[in-house]
Amino acid sequence: MPRSSFLNSTLSLGLLLLIWQVTAVLVASAVLPTPFEVLSNLNSSVQSGELQHHLGITLYRLTISFCLAMFLGIAIGLILGRQQKTNAFFDSWLIILLNVPALVTIILCYIWFGLIETAAIFAVVINKLPNVIVTIREGARNLDEELIQMAKAYRFGRLKTLAHVIMPQLYPYIMASARTGLALIWKIVLVVEMLGRSDGMGYQIHLFFQLFDITSILAYTVSFIVVIQLIEMAILKPLDKKSQRWK
Amino acid sequence: MNKLSIEINNKSFPEISGKAAFTTIKNLHFDVDNNEFVCIVGPSGCGKTTLLNIIAGLDEQYAGSIKADGTDNGIKTSYVFQTPRLLPWRTVLENIQLANENEDTPVTKIEELLHNLGLEKNLNSYPHHLSLGMQRRVALARAFCVQSDILLMDEPFVSLDQPTARKARTLLLELWQAKQRSVLFVTHDLNEAIEMADKILFLSESPSSVIDEIRVNAPRAERTPDMVATFKGQLKNTRQHLAHLI
Repeated sequence: MPRSSFLNSTLSLGLLLLIWQVTAVLVASAVLPTPFEVLSNLNSSVQSGELQHHLGITLYRLTISFCLAMFLGIAIGLILGRQQKTNAFFDSWLIILLNVPALVTIILCYIWFGLIETAAIFAVVINKLPNVIVTIREGARNLDEELIQMAKAYRFGRLKTLAHVIMPQLYPYIMASARTGLALIWKIVLVVEMLGRSDGMGYQIHLFFQLFDITSILAYTVSFIVVIQLIEMAILKPLDKKSQRWK
Repeated sequence: MNKLSIEINNKSFPEISGKAAFTTIKNLHFDVDNNEFVCIVGPSGCGKTTLLNIIAGLDEQYAGSIKADGTDNGIKTSYVFQTPRLLPWRTVLENIQLANENEDTPVTKIEELLHNLGLEKNLNSYPHHLSLGMQRRVALARAFCVQSDILLMDEPFVSLDQPTARKARTLLLELWQAKQRSVLFVTHDLNEAIEMADKILFLSESPSSVIDEIRVNAPRAERTPDMVATFKGQLKNTRQHLAHLI
């Protein structure tokens, strides 16, 4: 009988924890705390309310910049994918944006706009945007022309065509860029916070680094991983399921 | 609409990446009367689909005019393509409603039509779960639900097996008799054309124009396979210039 996927992932995670525990005991050093120490640290940070505060701020920045990057990326990607001339003209811009190191855009944003919230969010969006554009552009190039013709023949109009003909076809591309985007954005948000904000996960981790408090660093990381998993299970997976029902 | 006049003086495709420019239609003129069933027969690649796309307003790069009763106001068409072209992520009913929304056709009417086409159990099915023949019937229902001046059909039964195609043709004629409108039906099968049409237009090779126009006057009930064969034989004898199309 095949094991359930829940049991499987529990076993796999358990093994990881076991390896961690054994290594920590063997090394017996302050730089690698055991899972139990991390857990109790996590517990006390939650008790003091500090973790919720910083995690909340980071999630807020993540949500805003994620939504902005996705919205702009879908719009621009769709235009570039559908209009060859515009695409040919702006293609080099895209390549430049894709290849500017995240650190450079973050520092430039802080210098140009000051150490403010807008600069932080703008820097994250600029880092994520080109990836969304490239993925959506690929999707827009592969749209089914026959269905678009059908929509025109039956006088669907722009909005209806977008909602019922184009978006469902872009859906897999949107989901792909949402998944990779989430992973990328939270890494960049942390760097942005470390460099120029006085709250959030990135700021805290930087602080713990200076204090050499590895247990707290790991505790914060664990809490973040749990949140990302929750987002995946509570939002992305159900969305996937719902959109696939016609297959 | 009493009369639709189609005049296409020139339709060419520009040169793209090494492929030479190509004139597909030249001086093609014909009329369609109200509620007339017109079949278009021609060699493959002579621009039949291009012609329908022009009439449907999908292709605007041509010289000529499409006029309803002598005016240029544009006509409302509904289109049955070579493939069903249903939205796979919408159910049968949703597919038809989406094409219809502007006109508020009541759901009961759509259901009644689908019932007549034997699709009453598939209202909420997704197209992927239907056979090709059923998908084509849904496409047919969609075209008939929409109020239009003319129904364009581009070899709609082309990849169906013979019995299914015959059934589909009977269904189409029944629908057309119940909801009269002008039809422009493209086919490469002359038998099919003789069975269905009031009038058959023969097109030449590209650049295509109408080389002949033949009326079929026999009532549709009498158009048995024997009658179609006799009719074809007569055509062969009397119209030598059409021999390559018969």
